[in-house]
Amino acid sequence: MKALMTIWLSAMLLMFSTLAQADLTIEITRGSDRATPIAIVPFAADGESLSEDVAQIVSDDLERSGFFDPLEREAMYDRPSSGDEVRYGQWSALDVRYMVVGRVSREGNGYRIRYELLDVSGQSRMLGENVTAGGSEMRGAAHYISDQIFEAVTGIRGAFSTRIAYVTAQGAENDRQFTLYVADADGHNSQQILNSREPILSPAWSPDGRKLAYVSFESGRPAIYVQEVASGQRAQLTNFEGLNGAPAWSPDGRRLAMTLSKDGQPDIYVMDVASRNLERITNSSSIDTEPSWAPDGRSLLFTSDRSGGPQLYRYSFGSGEAERLTFTGNYNARGRFSPDGESIFMIHRGNNGFQVARQDLDSDRLVVLSDSRLDESPSVAPNGTMVIFATQQGNSGVLGAVSADGRASYRLPSAQGDVREPAWSPFLN
Amino acid sequence: MQFKSHARTLAIALSLALVAGCSSTGGSRDGSMDGTGTGGAAGSGAAGSGQVSGSGVSGDRAGQQADGRIPEVRTIYFDYDRDNIRPEFESVLVAHSRYLRSNPSARVVLQGHTDERGTREYNLALGERRAKSVQRFLEVQGVSPSQLEIVSYGEERPAARGSSDDSHAQNRRVVFAY
Repeated sequence: MKALMTIWLSAMLLMFSTLAQADLTIEITRGSDRATPIAIVPFAADGESLSEDVAQIVSDDLERSGFFDPLEREAMYDRPSSGDEVRYGQWSALDVRYMVVGRVSREGNGYRIRYELLDVSGQSRMLGENVTAGGSEMRGAAHYISDQIFEAVTGIRGAFSTRIAYVTAQGAENDRQFTLYVADADGHNSQQILNSREPILSPAWSPDGRKLAYVSFESGRPAIYVQEVASGQRAQLTNFEGLNGAPAWSPDGRRLAMTLSKDGQPDIYVMDVASRNLERITNSSSIDTEPSWAPDGRSLLFTSDRSGGPQLYRYSFGSGEAERLTFTGNYNARGRFSPDGESIFMIHRGNNGFQVARQDLDSDRLVVLSDSRLDESPSVAPNGTMVIFATQQGNSGVLGAVSADGRASYRLPSAQGDVREPAWSPFLN
Repeated sequence: MQFKSHARTLAIALSLALVAGCSSTGGSRDGSMDGTGTGGAAGSGAAGSGQVSGSGVSGDRAGQQADGRIPEVRTIYFDYDRDNIRPEFESVLVAHSRYLRSNPSARVVLQGHTDERGTREYNLALGERRAKSVQRFLEVQGVSPSQLEIVSYGEERPAARGSSDDSHAQNRRVVFAY
């Protein structure tokens, strides 16, 4: 009887935890042929068994980026935990360019992680650092280490300590449950932000990473809300007749570009968040929507069908003019700038359906990046190396990610229903 | 009295012609934006009209109902990337117009929907365009604007799941929600 009770209780707990969380897993679908070989040796653990395998988390981070090709653990002859113990000849025979070694030890209520990044051919140490972490902060510490290694080798700031927002939809069509989540960039530590029986879409991070703007139909019609991620405190920002959509923060976080159709057709407006004053940006008889700010805040990218089908245009605040940017194909929508402002990412319809594409603004050449067919909602990592997007796998919505050069890709499936509307956070540290 | 109802019939006929003119302009504009879509549209359009002709017939029945009851057919369907009213649904809209004119306190939300293809916010705009096309039709028929409200759900509330042409055809719709 008691045993039965325990089983029942743990079943309850399991059910509760699956309801409360919607963590995503990662499946690498394509590795880059240009990935740098690296050996991330399992960290020594001073006799204790740890809840998290730090070296594995670092290895997964680096592999996912497409920049690194971590050596399998089975191929490692020995497992040094500091640079002094490394026999370089052995590792260079395995064609490894870099190595990471480390040790985890107890410190107070948490842990101290000592790691080193080694250049195998130069037989030298590139990085060595002690990281302290609370008992529940091991994953965060591992992502921090990944960031340091990534930057030391590539010269690009790592984005492993960032987060993603996304929306799940579960249940039958007449009994749908929509939930807005925030999770770590690797899909772990998901946290529920908003739950509704009406659609939620278009989450957008404020530039300081503290707030999300989004569209919710909870009142029976679309409205834009702004919510603090940490406290859950929120405010309804718009309640105009017609569309209230596509919120996008200005780089200084003071203004939100959005789509409103209160004056007839959908047009782009900019709202000053503090005063809620509205400025109308476009005024055309066509659909103008999906605004996105250039990193310098001087222009807005948006979708318009003023020339027939949807194409991307750039509105300059200086001139007050909009210029068409895309000419390849007859459907280019939902544009997003790269962080350096030199490229745009979008959904492009070609012979293979709706796919994520990149266009470099100096050459105007468009390159398709994804290999799925029903892609939506591209969102660029703050370091510009990856684009996360929504796509279909079977009959389910899943998130996918592809490197900015299209060489590497991965998927983030979920056990729970459809996942869509990803938004990659800015740098948070 | 007789003259009055005659005049009304005439007004309806005129307004129908007017709307037909309006919507066909809208239609051809939509058509021109859609080069590659035509192949897919022809396929899904065919699937759509097959599936939809049944409700078109019941739409005619709905048109003969007493004015006191909300017409039974409350969904009309659209071609890919289009917002023009297909001829087979005009009788459905006429029935709703008649009901709304006879019941001035009745209100309806015109819910615009699209299929899953393309981007979500753009689809919200397309769904609104479809609902507005119905709104224009009803207003030309003499329905008071205060009785009509528009909410576009874009691709957020599909009627049918899956990515088949048939599912897509069922999802490109405007629903009368009384």
